[in-house]
Formats: sequence, structure tokens, C-alpha cells
Amino acid sequence: MNQKKIVVLLLGLMLMMFAAGCKKKAPPPPPPPPPPPAPVKVAPKPPQIVMFSAEPGSIERGQSSTLKWTITGADSARIEPGIGSVSNTGGNRTVFPSSTTQYTLTVTGPGGTATANATVNVTAPPPPPPKPAPVSKTFLERMAELQPAYFDYDRSNIRDDARSVLTRNADLLKAIFRDFPNQTVVIEGHCDERGSAEYNLGLGDRRSTAAREFLVQLGVPGDRLRTISYGKERPVCMESNESCWQRNRRAAFTGQ
Amino acid sequence: MKAKLFLAFTGLALLLAAQVRIDIIGGTQPVLAVPDFRGAAESAPFANAFNETLYRDLQDSGLFQMAAKSMYPLETPQQPQDFREPLPPVASKKKGEPPQPVRRGPWLTDWSEPPVAASHLAFGYLSAQGGSMVLSGWLYDVKQANLTSAHLFGKRYLAAISEDGARQMAHEFAADIIRQFGGTPLFGSKIYFISNRTGSDEIWSMDSDGSNQKQFTTYKSLTITPAVSPDGRFIAFTTYAGGNPAIVVHSLETGRRLPFYNQVASMNATPDFSPDGERIYFSSTASGYAQIYSARRDGSDLRRLSDFRAVEVSPKISPKGGEVVFVSGRSGPAQIYRMNLDGANVERLTSGEGEASNPAWHPNGQVIAFSWSRGFEPGNFNVFIMDVTSRQFNQLTHGAGRNENPVWAPDGRHIVFASNRSGRSQVWTMLADGTDLRQLTTQGNNRMPVWGK
Repeated sequence: MNQKKIVVLLLGLMLMMFAAGCKKKAPPPPPPPPPPPAPVKVAPKPPQIVMFSAEPGSIERGQSSTLKWTITGADSARIEPGIGSVSNTGGNRTVFPSSTTQYTLTVTGPGGTATANATVNVTAPPPPPPKPAPVSKTFLERMAELQPAYFDYDRSNIRDDARSVLTRNADLLKAIFRDFPNQTVVIEGHCDERGSAEYNLGLGDRRSTAAREFLVQLGVPGDRLRTISYGKERPVCMESNESCWQRNRRAAFTGQ
Repeated sequence: MKAKLFLAFTGLALLLAAQVRIDIIGGTQPVLAVPDFRGAAESAPFANAFNETLYRDLQDSGLFQMAAKSMYPLETPQQPQDFREPLPPVASKKKGEPPQPVRRGPWLTDWSEPPVAASHLAFGYLSAQGGSMVLSGWLYDVKQANLTSAHLFGKRYLAAISEDGARQMAHEFAADIIRQFGGTPLFGSKIYFISNRTGSDEIWSMDSDGSNQKQFTTYKSLTITPAVSPDGRFIAFTTYAGGNPAIVVHSLETGRRLPFYNQVASMNATPDFSPDGERIYFSSTASGYAQIYSARRDGSDLRRLSDFRAVEVSPKISPKGGEVVFVSGRSGPAQIYRMNLDGANVERLTSGEGEASNPAWHPNGQVIAFSWSRGFEPGNFNVFIMDVTSRQFNQLTHGAGRNENPVWAPDGRHIVFASNRSGRSQVWTMLADGTDLRQLTTQGNNRMPVWGK
């Protein structure tokens, strides 16, 4: 019963619409004139990062990866960190990150900015070759920079030349003691071959003691300076002439 | 003018006085004849070794003038019975000649009269008995008129029948002869010295003639300045074995190291023994400059003797006790000084010329030997001896190389010293008049000798 009503209503409606379509229409109004060409604000399209990738995405330290990017609608583009301005349409760049790095591409255009990230994962390489010697010198290398102080025959007073040698040694020793807090230094007193062996034991002791006292006056810590006399028992030069004797009349520095 | 002349004359007189000879060797020496001994039976093959050793010991003692062997008479006594007293002289057949004694065999005058002109005769023979070698030896004063008064001693000695046995008996017989003349035989005494022949400076020992060289220490460090106690029981020296130079004492009987406490110092060195061997005198830098100290033989009871801002080393105690000679730089170059054992009455013994070191006492406590560069460039030392009371001195070596560390032998007649006159430093002996030089070492560098008991 309801179905019959609906069909009747639909038929009636269709008749009305049909009748209306046959009605003669009035002519349409003329189109309005085009708008004056005054600038009209149109919201520009924002730039688009079509693609930004790192190939490969994982490297060992020391290897390279290539960043690739394609951009539209951008005036400028930067990749950070460490690269800066890049082509505003697209390109590629090889990078050697030493640790895992996230690169950020920032593009700027009339429509705004856009960013994209690409990460290069850096893994530790196999153990490196043995390191080259450390740049800092060893205790004994530092000790080798100390010069001996020389003395006159049968004397233990500090000459002018020994004074400047010991002054320089004082600075070196202070630095050595700072860098090597557990080391001590021995000042050896030596003599030339001419005096008796026994007397020279005492004379060599005077020379090492005089050198030590001079250094202590210049602020070198005395508790780290030991003295020993070798008399004439350990010459560095074996000839019997003054130049050789002078080389043997010395206070020499050795590390322990 | 007169005053000046007087002063010049006085100066000359003093100079001459200083040159006066110190007579250690002098006096008239016995003239000794030692004809070769013959060996009977099994001892015969060893007679040469015996004769060689006996002659050398007697000659080396420096006590005797050895009669020239080529002048010996043809007939040699082997035992007292061989002497035949000549018969009383009978009138000569030729006119004008004095009466001559009638010769019947060997007699004292064969030896006492020219050309032998000996004062003493050592004679005897070797034989074998019961598996031993027997030496029968006599010493006669041939200036005497009869055998009874000529006889000084006769003795039998036993030893193994071997070359060593023959040498041993010769040493003993020579020692008895030397004692007969008041001498001290050197047979059996040892010389200690420093040698580097193993690569490091160690103490070595040898017999007085240089034989039997043996290494005593093995510290493989630097070991120097040995000293032997007067009784021959201890040796002290300086060694770097523990780092800084320190004093170490060993027993010479066992060879073992004995305790000696070294006071804290950068150097404790140049030890010497007191006459009783109970104290050690040495040089120490405990107070700054090297100064003279003494301590008991174990290092306890430390006493300081000298107090001067100068290097002072090598204290040597007089065998009589009571005084010490030492080396000091207190007046400039090193010189020899003396002082009492308490450090009082310091006097300089050497004139101040050159450098003087290495003093060593004569057993008589009156004379020292030392090295001195007087008259030479620094370092060119010669051996001198000086009477410490009169300060008179003799120079025993004269510029042949460096001559250092003279030390008296127990006989007071010989001096052992180090000289580089033959190249490297070697140990030499000589008589205290500078004669009879002998080189005892050849291997390596040898120095700092001391003569023990």
C-alpha cells in the first residue's frame, strides 16, 4: 500500500519537472566586465622537497655516503651540519661523517620553508693500525735536553757559563717534575784524570752539590734532586788534553 | 846586605836539609852467599825449583847484598862436617912470603875473603826420607874464626816430594834467614788491589811476588780504595754497589761481608783501620764537604775529626796510634796534613807545592810514603817518602808515568804502588830507595794496591 503512494508521488513530480522544462526562458544578462588587472593576492605554493636521502645510510668510519636531494619551488637550500648552501633544485654531495649524523635539508621558497632529514649511521671500523708515537716526549727524552755544567780544575764554584746552563736546566727541570711527578733526577759530579782518585771523590761531590744548591735557589724542588760523586772514575773523554779534561769536569744530569 | 846574604844562606841550608836521605834500606848490608843445594835420591828433580825460590826470596827481601855466584869457590860444603879447619901455618919455603895455613878442605875463609867477600853463607842439601822431602839448611857467619861461633842456625824442614813442596821449604828457610837479620819475610803476605780485568772494578789479591792472582769481590759495580786491618783479618773498601759510594767491610778469614752502618751521606769513602783493627777512619759528606770521621768497625759510635770547608779524604792512622795523616784541600791544591786522633793540632806536612795524595804509614810510625806532583804538571805524581817529624823527604820515582798509591810492605823495606809507566796502570813493587822495580800485574787496569799481612 505504501509502495503505491510512493510511485504516484514520484510520477507526479516527474510530470511537474517535465512541464517546467518546456517553459520558455527569459534571455540571460550580459556577463560582467572582467575585473581590472589590479594585483590580486594569490597564495603561492609552498616549496616541496621531493626527495632527500643518504645512500648508503650506514657506513664505517672513514667511508663516504652520498646525500641526494630534489626540490621544487625553492629559492635556496641548505644542508646542515657542515655543508651549507646547496643547489635549490637538486643535486648530490659526498660526505665523510666520523660519527652518526643527521643531515637536515632546509629549503626556502616564496611559499615558505620545508625541512627533511637524512641520517648517516657510522659504525666503528675494525681496530686502527698502531698509533703513531704520542706527541709528548718521554722522561728520558726530556732529561736529554738538560746540559752539563762545567767547572775549572780543582774548583766547584759555578762559572758564568754554568750559571746560564743551570738556569735553563732549572726551567726544564721544573716542567719535567710537573709532568713526571714520580721521577727524581741525579746530579753526577765528575772530575778530570789529574787529581788523585780519592781526592776527586770529594771534589766531584762538591760539584754535584754546588749544582744542586744553585738549582734549588732557582726554585727546583730539592727533594727530587739526588747527588752522587763519581770522582774521576767515569770520564766521557779519555784523552790527556785540556779540551778532554774540560768535558770531564762536569755536573751531569741523569734520570732515575 | 849581610841580612840578605844570611837569609839566602839559611834558605839554601833548609833546601839541602830537605834533600837529606831517609835511610830505610841503608846501613851496611850483610853480603850473603847461597851456593846451589844438591838433592839426594827422589828429591833431586826438585833441587832447581828449590834453589831458584830460595835465591829469589833472599834477593827480593832487599836485606842482603848477594855475593856474585861466579866468584864462589869450587868446593861447596853441604853440611857442617864438610868444613876442614886449615892446619896452623908453617914457614914458607920461599923467602919473604908470610907463612900460609895448610888447606885441608872447605873453610870459612873460602867465603869471607875476596873474591867472594861474603859475611854469611847459607848452605845445606835436600834428601828424601819416609816419603817426605827433607831440607837440611844452615846459616853461618863466615867472618867468625871457628865453626862454633860461625853457626847461627841449622834446621830441618819437611815437605811433600814435589815442586810445590820444594818451593814451600825454600820460602820457609828464606823466611828464617830473613828473621835472623831482624827482617819481616814477605812470604805469605798478600797484596790486595783493584783490577778491572773482569769488566768491572773489583778487589783482587796476589802473593808478594805477583803470583797466585785471585778475585776477591764480585760486586759488578765500582769498588775502590781497599784497606786491610793491621792484623790481616779484615778488609774495608768503598763500593758503589748500593748506589752512592759507601763503605763495606769483609772478613779476610771467611771472605764474608760484615755489618757496617753507613751514616746518611752522598758519600762514605776511603776507609782505613785503627792499629787494633777495632775502628774505621773514613771520609764522609754527611755534613756537606767530605770530612774525616771515625766509627767502630760496625759503623756505630760515629765521631767527627775534622771540621773545615774543604775536601778531606784518605785518613791513615799511625801504627803507633795517636795521630792521623790525611789529604786536605784546605790551603788550595790537595796536600798531606797530620792531626791528633781527636782532630787537634792540624799541621800541613807537604810544602804546598803541586798536589799531594795517598799517604801511607811505614810500620815504624815515623815515615810516610805518598804521591806528589811537586816539580811536575798536575797529575804527574811521583812516589815520595817523608819523615813526619823532620819533614825531610826523598823522591823515589822520577817522572816515568803516573806513580800513585804507594803502600809499605810489612817488612818496611818494600813499597807497592801503581804506575802507568808501561801503558795502562799496573801494580809495581820497589825497594824504599827506588831500586829493584818489579811489575806484578799485566792483565787489565790494576791500581790502588795495599799490602796485607
